[in-house]
Amino acid sequence: MSSVAAAASTLPKKSLLSVNNIEVIYNSVILVLKGVSLDVPAGGIVALLGANGAGKSTTLKAISNLLRAERGDVTKGAILFEDKEVQNLSPNELVRRGCIQVMEGRHCFGHLTIEENLMTGAFTRTDGKAAVMRDLELVYGYFPKLKQRRDSQAGYTSGGEQQMCAVGRALMSRPKMILLDEPSMGLAPQIVEEIFEIVKHLNEKEQVSFLLAEQNTNMALRYARYGYILENGRVVMDGDAKSLSENEDVKEFYLGISDGRRKSFREGKHYRRRKRWLA
Amino acid sequence: MIAFGQFLEVLVSGLLAGVLYSLVALGFVLIFKASGVFNFAQGAMVLLAGLALVRSLDFMVAKGLPFWAAIIIALLFAALIMAITAWLVERFVLGPLINQDGLTLFMSTIGVTFMIEGGAQMLFGSDVYPLRLFPSDAWFLFESSFPGGILVSKIDVWGGMIAAVLVVGLALFFQKTKTGRALRAVADDHAAAQSVGISLNWIWFIVWLVAGLVALVAATVWGTKLGVQFSITFLALKALPVLIIGGFTSVPGAIVGGLIIGAGEKIAEAYLGPFIGGGIEYWFAYVLALVVLMARPQGLFGERIIERI
Repeated sequence: MSSVAAAASTLPKKSLLSVNNIEVIYNSVILVLKGVSLDVPAGGIVALLGANGAGKSTTLKAISNLLRAERGDVTKGAILFEDKEVQNLSPNELVRRGCIQVMEGRHCFGHLTIEENLMTGAFTRTDGKAAVMRDLELVYGYFPKLKQRRDSQAGYTSGGEQQMCAVGRALMSRPKMILLDEPSMGLAPQIVEEIFEIVKHLNEKEQVSFLLAEQNTNMALRYARYGYILENGRVVMDGDAKSLSENEDVKEFYLGISDGRRKSFREGKHYRRRKRWLA
Repeated sequence: MIAFGQFLEVLVSGLLAGVLYSLVALGFVLIFKASGVFNFAQGAMVLLAGLALVRSLDFMVAKGLPFWAAIIIALLFAALIMAITAWLVERFVLGPLINQDGLTLFMSTIGVTFMIEGGAQMLFGSDVYPLRLFPSDAWFLFESSFPGGILVSKIDVWGGMIAAVLVVGLALFFQKTKTGRALRAVADDHAAAQSVGISLNWIWFIVWLVAGLVALVAATVWGTKLGVQFSITFLALKALPVLIIGGFTSVPGAIVGGLIIGAGEKIAEAYLGPFIGGGIEYWFAYVLALVVLMARPQGLFGERIIERI
């Protein structure tokens, strides 16, 4: 495993996931994504940023193929995972190949215990019970809190524990890549920090790549290496996490830092309308 | 002593009849638990399973097969029919309606009910077919303590034993197996189950298959008792109060609910009947269900509705 990872990290920019100019239409009429392209290198953490309704969740669901259940359809473009087209696979086939989504709002199975929740993550695995149990211990290693609460029904655990449970459950499928949708939603800053630390550890030690949809731009750019900014269903900007967080426009709109000259809300709107970012 | 003996007899026959209601209610619970769908077609599935069983059995006996071999083949044939039904329902009804509202799914099962009823009678005929799998005579117990003893029908006892085995088997299946866990996961959250790689189509096929097999078991007992006939589908209506009392999501609840209804209506009929002119059996269950609904909407054994505030 480590030799493979070392090889992967020396090869520059071998992409694990690449999304090429996809368009998504809901209910055959509502155009939500108008050409989104992005790239996640093997072993990378990539942030997908943007405001409410920009299309972050839709992008992730298009990749994981959960879109069809919501009557959405990828009508143009291609999605490649490990250089193979995946947009026509079922969600379970994609999980089997190593790409799994952690949905926005955690979505734990409320009436199942924490441990049962984790075990459902191993549903697609065929490598035997012993290997699954080893991974369960591994997950408990990363999330000691979950081990304490292993017999509680997930519906009665705290938001932070549920988010950990959702990430741990995804981990049980032995993924190469996790699509993490808004992990900070509704959580205290300290818990958010804890979860991002775990993401970083999983990335370093288990070689899991992450595509991270976040509204918490500041936090996401601290942990990601690369970022894309979505606006109205288009990628309007992309770059290294460092360059993005130093960019004046990003600072202005997503980090709430201005250059000192304080603008009123109306001025901001005006400025935003006038300026067009081109991808 | 006569009065107590009579009471015992009424109670026992009521409890045993209640087990038979439970057998039908179980099928409802299984599908509701796993897919959140209230399957109106469960009664029709009992009819289909019964017809497939009795017709293939008669056919093979007429061909001169020994009775035990004919039974085994007929059971397998009926199971196959239920599997095909499960596949068709999943493929053409539930599959396309994935992630739709519960009410939409419920309406679709009403459609399925008529399809199954019509299809079953078209394929297997629409007469009353007697089925003789279990002895239908009765025991007289405790003849020394009560004059005339207590009459217990053997078929009801068979029904009780079969239900017990079924419940234990289902409980183990749900709690201990990987598929059982996946079924419960799907019941909680379709979208999340899909996101972790559980195939909804596969799970729904399994659920309808299991419910179909439970319907087959119910059909063997009910068919022996009443003959396989169209009126078996009305059993589904008797299962409703059972479900309301026991809770829609609880396997033990279906059993206990059935016992309460069975014993309650027989006792009410025997002791209240003379005063208000009889016929209590037909509505008592629904009144009982209403009372439970007011006091405990999730049923006696239903899962607490977990709501985070």
